[in-house]
Amino acid sequence: MDNIILEMRGITKTFPGVKALDNVNLKVREGEIHALVGENGAGKSTLMKVLSGVYPAGTYDGEIHYDNEVRNFSTISDSEHLGIIIIHQELALVPLLSIAENIFLGNEIATNGVIDWKQTFSRTQELLDKVGLREPPTARITDIGIGKQQLVEIAKALSKKVRLLILDEPTASLNETDSDALLKLLMEFRKQGMTSIIISHKLNEIKKVADKITIIRDGGTVETLDCHNEDISEDRIIKGMVGRDMEDRYPAREPKIGETLLEVKNWNVFHQHHRDRQFLHDINFTVRAGEVVGIAGLMGAGRTETAMSIFGKSWGHKITGDVLMHGKSVDVSTIPRAIDAGLAYVTEDRKHLGLVLNNNIMHNTTLANLNAVASGGVIDGHREAKVATDYRTKLRIRSHSIYQEAVNLSGGNQQKVVLSKWLFTNPEVLILDEPTRGIDVGAKYEIYSIINQLAAEGKGILMISSEMPELLGTCDRVYVMNEGRIVAELSKAEASQESIMRAIMRSGEKH
Amino acid sequence: MAAEKSAQKTTPSLGDYFRSNIREYGLLIALVVIMLFFQFMTGGVLFRPVNITNLILQNSFIVIMALGMLLIIVAGHIDLSVGSIVAFTGGLSAIMLVKWGIHYSIVVPVCLILGGLVGAAQGYWVAYQKIPAFIVTLAGMLVFRGLTYLILQNRPIGPFPKDFQSLSTGFVPDFLYFLNPLPGTITNFFSLVVIVALVALAIYYGLRDRQNNDKHGTENEPFAFFAGQMAIIAGVAIFLGFQLSTYKGFPNVLIVMGLLIALYTFITTRSTIGRRIYAMGGNEKAAKLSGINTERLTFYTFVNMGVLAALAGMIIAARLNSATPKAGVGFELDVIAACFIGGASASGGVGKITGAVIGALIMGVMNNGMSIMGLGIDYQQLVKGLVLLAAVFFDVYNKNKG
Repeated sequence: MDNIILEMRGITKTFPGVKALDNVNLKVREGEIHALVGENGAGKSTLMKVLSGVYPAGTYDGEIHYDNEVRNFSTISDSEHLGIIIIHQELALVPLLSIAENIFLGNEIATNGVIDWKQTFSRTQELLDKVGLREPPTARITDIGIGKQQLVEIAKALSKKVRLLILDEPTASLNETDSDALLKLLMEFRKQGMTSIIISHKLNEIKKVADKITIIRDGGTVETLDCHNEDISEDRIIKGMVGRDMEDRYPAREPKIGETLLEVKNWNVFHQHHRDRQFLHDINFTVRAGEVVGIAGLMGAGRTETAMSIFGKSWGHKITGDVLMHGKSVDVSTIPRAIDAGLAYVTEDRKHLGLVLNNNIMHNTTLANLNAVASGGVIDGHREAKVATDYRTKLRIRSHSIYQEAVNLSGGNQQKVVLSKWLFTNPEVLILDEPTRGIDVGAKYEIYSIINQLAAEGKGILMISSEMPELLGTCDRVYVMNEGRIVAELSKAEASQESIMRAIMRSGEKH
Repeated sequence: MAAEKSAQKTTPSLGDYFRSNIREYGLLIALVVIMLFFQFMTGGVLFRPVNITNLILQNSFIVIMALGMLLIIVAGHIDLSVGSIVAFTGGLSAIMLVKWGIHYSIVVPVCLILGGLVGAAQGYWVAYQKIPAFIVTLAGMLVFRGLTYLILQNRPIGPFPKDFQSLSTGFVPDFLYFLNPLPGTITNFFSLVVIVALVALAIYYGLRDRQNNDKHGTENEPFAFFAGQMAIIAGVAIFLGFQLSTYKGFPNVLIVMGLLIALYTFITTRSTIGRRIYAMGGNEKAAKLSGINTERLTFYTFVNMGVLAALAGMIIAARLNSATPKAGVGFELDVIAACFIGGASASGGVGKITGAVIGALIMGVMNNGMSIMGLGIDYQQLVKGLVLLAAVFFDVYNKNKG
């Protein structure tokens, strides 16, 4: 077990004008789970791209030792050949092909170009058994959930005789059950002697599985912690990541709660695609001025669908029920009307639904309220620039100017641009859907601070989050959703990870 | 730390600036180089006043349609039917003018409206029924070509009344003939005065904008580029204006085209509608969730295209002095190529009016120059195809490098 399988020595990688990696060292023992943590942009992904040959040998300085030999990978297939397999955050599966076809894509079991389906299916079945996925090899990727898709990726890695498995944010879009299953699988692989490197922002998970933790900050290695020698707390890891003590991950706030702003009554929604299936049942909730209200629940509980169906009926069909603002019924049947009613919805998927990535910060900021910087359909460029500059300063968006394209911003800054866009519509109630997903610890803190400030200004915040500590740390009240229903309402005092999970489990028994 | 650093105003070096805006300057330089090349290869024929006039008459309708096509491409769609709409509306105008004897002041607006309806008929399927524009307009291309044969009963109709013809073959009269200092060389003094005035205005407004930008802290392009660009444009404009003034002056279509270019430049750069089209083309879902009525916007870009195609159809019919069922065959390809040469992205969200216009001019100058040189249609197509590929490759190459 003391065999070093991988050692990266003094890796330095420069892009024009930026030093992405500066003398990084990483040492991984055979058969361990090695976690790689660091803020977004710290260089984790770049390091893994160097390792896998995406950046070929010669474009970086330093040495890669694998199996006690210096390796110079010039393509990904070079590294895959030696059993180094990366599973990227954005899964590389073809949605309309079957599980079996995806697993052997580019690596088909074939003679003279003719595929041996019988063997393909039986090999696939073996691999699926190994990862514990109970789906037929013929199932299409698009028909299985994202958690299962992740397992297909792992099965695909196994088919390539993986020795060093690298997972980039494997649980970012998984719910807790699926995440747990995935982590268990990794521990199972460890028993069989496989080595893994896991990149993750979820420190509780890392704590659960990792043998070693290497922390990267600003392109350099900070330290490697051995989880077996000492008990490493999350705060200890965060301290290494941000370079300072994070006393409190959630900024303090004195709630000043006022009158009821938003009230949703008897909200029933049928599924967008399966049109005869009722998806949301009798949803009732309120949001008051100055209040941060959370919605907890597992993936698929119907939280995003609730938000989107209220916001201009942008999800679902056969929607019935009432939306009230200040006690008066309002029309939210289209998105412009919902905006007029004082609602704003910050989507969970900022790249696909939140931003126009090839537009600049300014254009994204004013998009939802363009008329406010225009008269008679003509945009006042100076007024627009001023608005964008103000939000850039206020929300501390790190960019070289308001003319920088959104695609070039880090996740946290992109999220701030989306927030700017909605703040500029001057909403009374903001619905924030996973507002801190995939953004680093420092930026998270800033987002929480913005939320607090908005609440202090008297706005109502409805926050959907899959991270329970985040809900507990920021919310005044938490609704728990499960299977399309609200199953509990917990005050700040009542809410805890246990009480939320208990509410979900109990409601599951009832149905 | 990072916030403080980024707050400082950074002035990029001239080289950096050129590299990051290489596309726009490159296009302008390419046009000038191609013009000079053909001027040389044709032994000076290209810039003769009569040939410049021909160039304008031959390409005005391509430029006009490229304005609408650019909006469609930026919105993330395509329109293959414009060649057929050209023939269809040309045919309709011929029937109304020649067979029914209706005055052109009624026929022109009616045909523009009919063009809009044709656009609406296609836009409906694209916008509200979510059928890919490629398929809808491919169907439209066949349908309207068929309808053209039907209404014209397979025969060309002509000739047109003189006043309608002047829409495309007429010239702006010399209002200032009494001020003409050189009656021997200059035959239309008015056009020269107008072009000089326009250049002066452009420089004045350009400078004023820069000043305003400075005052508001908005980014300016480096002065050297502003000056260089202005010098090239002013030089070319005054030269062409002078050449035209020694012939018949401005063709009427040049005025129409100029006004439309100005209008569409304004729409794309300054209006909320233009901004929304770019946002929609960049990310339709995000635009929709930001409260933009993407269906209606898509619908209207097709209506707009129909109107411009109808205008082009009438200009072509008037120029040929007959409406034929075969008018406008293959025009869609020239129009689309002009947009892509001009830097529009096939995936939507990217493209400029100035780019599309320069793209159309590059195609036009190449057509004209190669014709004068006596190259056959075979070589012309070959060269145009390669230029299109090269221009788009240049885009992709720049994008990957950046």
